[in-house]
Amino acid sequence: MMSETVLEVKDLKTWFFTRRGTVKAVNGVDFVLKRGECLCLVGESGCGKTVTALSILRLFDSPPGRIVGGQVIYKGDDLATCPMQRLREIRGGDIAMVFQNAQSSLNPVFTVGDQIAEQVMVHERVSRREALSRAHALMEEMNIPQPGRALNMYPHQMSGGMKQRAMIAMSLSCSPQILIADEPTTAVDVTIRAQIIHILRALKTRRDMSIIFITHDLSLVKDIGDRAAVVYGGRVVEVAAVEDILKNPAHPYTVGLIDCLPDVSSQDKRLPSIAGNTPNPLEMPSGCPFHPRCSHVMDICRSKMPACANITDVHTVSCYLFGDKNGGIAR
Amino acid sequence: MKGRVMLEVNNLKKYYRVTGGLMSRSIGEIRAVDGVSLTVGMGEVLGLVGESGCGKSTLGKTILRLEEPTAGEIKFNDVDVVRLNRRHLRELRGKMQIVFQDPDSSLDPRMTVGDSIAEALVVHGISGSAELDDRVARLLEKVGLEADFGERYPHEFSGGQKQRIGIARALAMDPQLIIADEPVSALDVSVQAQILNLMMDIRERDGLAYIFVSHDLSVVRYLSDRVAVMYLGKIVEMADKTEFFRNPLHPYTEALLSAIASLRPAGRDRILLTGDVPSPLNPPPGCRFHTRCHRVMPVCSQVEPELAQIAPGHMVSCHLYV
Repeated sequence: MMSETVLEVKDLKTWFFTRRGTVKAVNGVDFVLKRGECLCLVGESGCGKTVTALSILRLFDSPPGRIVGGQVIYKGDDLATCPMQRLREIRGGDIAMVFQNAQSSLNPVFTVGDQIAEQVMVHERVSRREALSRAHALMEEMNIPQPGRALNMYPHQMSGGMKQRAMIAMSLSCSPQILIADEPTTAVDVTIRAQIIHILRALKTRRDMSIIFITHDLSLVKDIGDRAAVVYGGRVVEVAAVEDILKNPAHPYTVGLIDCLPDVSSQDKRLPSIAGNTPNPLEMPSGCPFHPRCSHVMDICRSKMPACANITDVHTVSCYLFGDKNGGIAR
Repeated sequence: MKGRVMLEVNNLKKYYRVTGGLMSRSIGEIRAVDGVSLTVGMGEVLGLVGESGCGKSTLGKTILRLEEPTAGEIKFNDVDVVRLNRRHLRELRGKMQIVFQDPDSSLDPRMTVGDSIAEALVVHGISGSAELDDRVARLLEKVGLEADFGERYPHEFSGGQKQRIGIARALAMDPQLIIADEPVSALDVSVQAQILNLMMDIRERDGLAYIFVSHDLSVVRYLSDRVAVMYLGKIVEMADKTEFFRNPLHPYTEALLSAIASLRPAGRDRILLTGDVPSPLNPPPGCRFHTRCHRVMPVCSQVEPELAQIAPGHMVSCHLYV
């Protein structure tokens, strides 16, 4: 059984107030993260998974974005409202983040070593020399060949896989409790992806670290995740252990997502697909955001958002097929 | 292989000169495609797999002569494509089409999608607005869109719909072969399945052949009859789909398959490759894969292995099997 909770996100709402209207990118997200587990946030583009991650550290652009409700509880602090000073200590220190595109997250005019050392020196009172030796050890931990040489390289001299590993090294420089990895393997090739997943898994065990792994790729979830939360239309629609969710998906969207993977579907048959497209964030459907594409849609789905229902103690789903059809608490 | 051979590629090469310095002197060449031979039968789907930079897209474009080949032979229905002049090449291209990865950049934002599709027809000598409108409407319906969508502009469509338009345009002249260059990798999974289904429907109805270029092995397994794997400009393994996924022989193929949990052949261990793909500007001597290979032998760094037939229809280029 998993141990204590390290992070709790409660009914988080991050909206963007644009000229064309309000985009409710994150619209009531709930989840908990336990110590030493990897929680995968799975969803398609525009579902709000990245904004959820950015909201945890308040890293989105504001304006136009604003957290309009909910809490992000970490060590007794609410990160959604706490003073900037406190948030700055946590960013990169307790909670670190790795972004999708390492190319644009690294500064092209500094060496990679300098960039890692900078982060160490911001958070801890250490000399540059000590910071650099820490960077060296981290690069070794990332299985980067000739770490000393790599530290003196500029980002453009590195390959994509190496840059992504350098980014992970940087994020680990202050021994974070939580690592948020936003699609860290989308821009790299399959064999490099396997290397990065391998590194992340080893880190999780060795450092007893929690990971929030954001991805659109369900086949990856199997390789890295302990639990998965499926996100659609700015809400978490289903949470369960990875094996459970892949074998017994409950929410019609999760079922659709799994079925339409070519490697899961049986061979030589038409792929099941989900009709329609992901909703336009400016015109979110009423009620359950998935109802226009759902094959089990009922009248109530169109008007009221279903509450969370427990299928088992550790498997929850937001869908009227499973909850009380009349008494669900709409938020 | 199904039916008779439609496309035959022999020892195709595409090199790019790399220049540098003040005088733009030639400082080397990138051998993007370096001696590729393959065949595609009537109505067959050949999956072409590899990591970025392996030359799979260049190979696709060179077959259509969107890139001029440096050397080699391309025969389409026994016509020598390399020697065709512009006029004959244009005729031929009606029968050999391409669908690109990014539907956003392959459609002109200032043309209605109807005009984009009709352009292909006009180039091939079909005229008269009534005839054009009618054909465009039928093409749109064929790819699952409304017939009157032709009046709209690309920005009014979602990614999946734009890819459908790209396919409609490729179908305009009733081609026999479509080279699909990563047609679903820019799409969300739920939409990806719709496009894959559409491509398979069209194939069944019209008896089309595809060269399906992709980095995603699970997609390739879904729709290919045969699979070829490329590494640094060369084909390292080519086999019938069932054989390929059940019994991968080349160490690189093994590693590719083992990187995806659900594709790992039963009873095989996970293989983790070290390092990155070497630069094609300076490929390793001997077997190009030997620097990352987990089964490397002394001979691998000395002698380049030939692509040889190991079992019926199963070609591998590796010293382990000769």
